[in-house]
Amino acid sequence: MSHVYYFTIVGTNDVPLYEAEFGMQIKDTSLSAKEETRYLNQFIAHAALDIIDEAVWNTTDLYLKTLDKYNELNVSCYVTPSNTRFILLHENKADDNIKTFLAECHEFYIKILCNPFYTVNTPIVSPTFEQRVKSLARRFLL
Amino acid sequence: MLQYTQNRVEGIQDFERKLSALGFGIGVRMLELTMWREKSPRRETRVLNVLYFIHNVIWKALFGKQANALEKSTDNEDEYMLYDNEPIVSRFVSVPRELSQFNCNAYVAGIIEGVLHGCQCAARVTAHTMPVDNKPLRTIFLIKLSPEVLKREELLKG
Repeated sequence: MSHVYYFTIVGTNDVPLYEAEFGMQIKDTSLSAKEETRYLNQFIAHAALDIIDEAVWNTTDLYLKTLDKYNELNVSCYVTPSNTRFILLHENKADDNIKTFLAECHEFYIKILCNPFYTVNTPIVSPTFEQRVKSLARRFLL
Repeated sequence: MLQYTQNRVEGIQDFERKLSALGFGIGVRMLELTMWREKSPRRETRVLNVLYFIHNVIWKALFGKQANALEKSTDNEDEYMLYDNEPIVSRFVSVPRELSQFNCNAYVAGIIEGVLHGCQCAARVTAHTMPVDNKPLRTIFLIKLSPEVLKREELLKG
């Protein structure tokens, strides 16, 4: 059984920078329940922001583990030193793969940040970034 | 870069503000990059740790040496001073006489501000040249933290 993941990056002023979904199967046989609740993912990630804001002050770690739960979905979060939040919604238990995935995403984000033509806190539209994150997801998540 | 900015501003204050805005973007990026290169990447949650980080790591990454001193102001709770005896920016820039009030270290001040802002410590940073004997370029970066940061420090202490 494949799992469904929803990944989003939220900037300093709660601006969404990037979002992606992994493991979504395109089947024309009856829409699964997962398909139908897809739109909820954004709300769940958004609701977790408040919890993250409280949690960041209690630790200096970047990876905040699983912070929130909504039905079967776990919300894991990773906060960069400049307070950009990487939020991952997943169904299975948080494990090392998820931590590695988020840390690797952080590295790609820094590469984007080092581009002088990218303005901080604006949506990431780079196709390279998209491609890298997708291949990461294939390696660690699916 | 200085010429670029100077051609687009009116007055010294505007000039310094523009320069510091240019530095701001650098600051946020420097924070992410240097932190990633550290042995154990972490987030700094306390103001003092952030300032130490700037004093040691950021300064080393930017100028190849540590800043000369970091002091807390005795008069005001919310002010910190960062000293550099020979800032690279003013070593190689000669300021014309009619702009004697102008300080091009505003750019470096902007970088500091960017780093602090990235760590959620909103602050105003200004640069002042304070010559002492045989150190004519000694510059003080005055860091004034905003009140909500101080309030949060109190809460975190408890």
